[in-house]
Amino acid sequence: MTATSTLVTQGTRPPRSRRRVEPIYYLFLLPSLILFTLAITVPGVIGIFFSFTDSIGIGDWNFIGFTNYIALFSDPAILQSYLFTFGFSIATVIVVNVVAFLLAVGLTSRIRLKTGLRTIFVIPMVISGIIIAYVFNFLFSNSVPAAGTALGIPWLETSLLANPDLAWIAIVIVTAWQAIPGTMLIYIAGLLSVPGDVNEAADLDGASKPQQLFRITVPLVAGYVVINVILGFKGFLNAYDIIVGLTGGGPGTATRSIAMTIIAGFNGGDYAYQMANATVFFVVAILISLLQLSLTRGRNQLS
Amino acid sequence: MTTSQPALAFEQADATLGRTPARPAKRPRMERVNWSSTVILVLCAVTVLLPLYVTISMAFKTTGQAVDGNAFSLPAPFSIDGFVQAWNLTKFPVGAAISLLVTAGTVICTIVLAAFASYAIVRNWDRRLFRYSFFYLLAAMFIPFPVVALPQIQLTGRVGLDNPVGVIILATMFQLSFSVLLFTAFLRSIPLELEESARIDGATTWQTFWRLIFPLLAPMSATVGIFAFLYAWNDFMMPSLIISDPALQTLPVRQNLFQTQFSNNYNVSFASYLMAMAPAIVAYLFTQRWVMEGVTQGAVKG
Repeated sequence: MTATSTLVTQGTRPPRSRRRVEPIYYLFLLPSLILFTLAITVPGVIGIFFSFTDSIGIGDWNFIGFTNYIALFSDPAILQSYLFTFGFSIATVIVVNVVAFLLAVGLTSRIRLKTGLRTIFVIPMVISGIIIAYVFNFLFSNSVPAAGTALGIPWLETSLLANPDLAWIAIVIVTAWQAIPGTMLIYIAGLLSVPGDVNEAADLDGASKPQQLFRITVPLVAGYVVINVILGFKGFLNAYDIIVGLTGGGPGTATRSIAMTIIAGFNGGDYAYQMANATVFFVVAILISLLQLSLTRGRNQLS
Repeated sequence: MTTSQPALAFEQADATLGRTPARPAKRPRMERVNWSSTVILVLCAVTVLLPLYVTISMAFKTTGQAVDGNAFSLPAPFSIDGFVQAWNLTKFPVGAAISLLVTAGTVICTIVLAAFASYAIVRNWDRRLFRYSFFYLLAAMFIPFPVVALPQIQLTGRVGLDNPVGVIILATMFQLSFSVLLFTAFLRSIPLELEESARIDGATTWQTFWRLIFPLLAPMSATVGIFAFLYAWNDFMMPSLIISDPALQTLPVRQNLFQTQFSNNYNVSFASYLMAMAPAIVAYLFTQRWVMEGVTQGAVKG
């Protein structure tokens, strides 16, 4: 990543290392370190510790080894939430990246109203997920079935949100609606970094516009595609707000994400068990981050 | 934006149709406004604006008109009844004040703590403690909130931070990685000579930071601040889990009132949604540049 590559050059800075560190620098650094440790590291360690116990959150507890983890892997509800979350994340990543890329291509071409359109396309990013989910909830429950009835499309006549097999589509739509702007801005930055003369040269050589797009532009912004896919996927795995606002995890538990399972289980008194779940989720998040690091290494010259 | 870019795929289709005869005319054509892309993008923009239009028009309807379920009709008659009721039902002034407190607290703490830490880290990069601290603080980018949420709920409850102050601390800590990343990258581009001249004039490190470095960081602070603002103002999950007293909830969490009760008073609920989302939209309209830059920088550096 860019950060790491600059670090290396900084490390070889002229020798200042023999001097003592001015105490004030500790004053600058320590508040962040201490608060960070108390707010994130300590809870993380406590959580992993209790995942090996039978604690219900309060009172006595006993070590029970890997019992929670063994139970976890044979729990159909947990399995379902992982399947749903991964399936939903993959679908959303595809929708978001395809739409965002096309919008970015459009917004960097010679169009009118460029500034105004860009302003509008970014708005969804700044709206609270839970609130926009409530608005879409109304549209899916009232307006879409009304339109379905009027047009005579049977599967639209009832609310998408009430159908266990289709509710995920509504979640993908709203999540994508909100996630497209960020992805689009990154693609715009990528497209603007492609030198104009590359396309001009291709044009002179007789390459058609689709050829230019798929043979020149897409390969040149491949690094941005990798970043967008991974950042998006990581974000969607944490899905919570939008699902709460749309389906509440229902109908039944059809659209319950991993985050919702953790919280719902906790409210039901399964503290240690859900901490084991959270720990597994943490390992998954780390694996994806490692994948990200290995894929983005060597792509330092993005900007 | 001076680079010429390939147009949308839709537009290329009609360009390829009359390809052979059109070839000589193609070069000047590229310089012209691409109207078909413009039209397609305007249509896409409508899908973005539609939910917002529905929110606004529903908010100004009377309860009688709102229950007919027609989301797209204009308010007739125009009524601010929804706002009055929403104001009282959600105790809007209290909710807004708490949201404002949480947001302002998160923004200020994030900027100050991240700038402090970044400055110390960059200037002492040759020291192991500072170098490792950087990677330690960055590690939070790999920890999703749900993973640590349960112990955090317990711990904040035990130490009396199950309130907006606790949310400020936690939200700041989750924003810290991203902010330190942006600040350190920016600080490395500031030449050391600039600082040394200030020191020759007798300024202490503390003075150098506040009089020279912090003002230079302003554009980055704007970006960091806006992201902290959007996160703190819009978040539902963390306040809903950490703040135990419903009377102290932030605006987004208060909206769940309309899911359990008053669920048929659509004009009231939409008026309430509008009041909760408007500040973020207005803030965005004034700070677009930094929002857009921030997304790009965050992605490229992260």
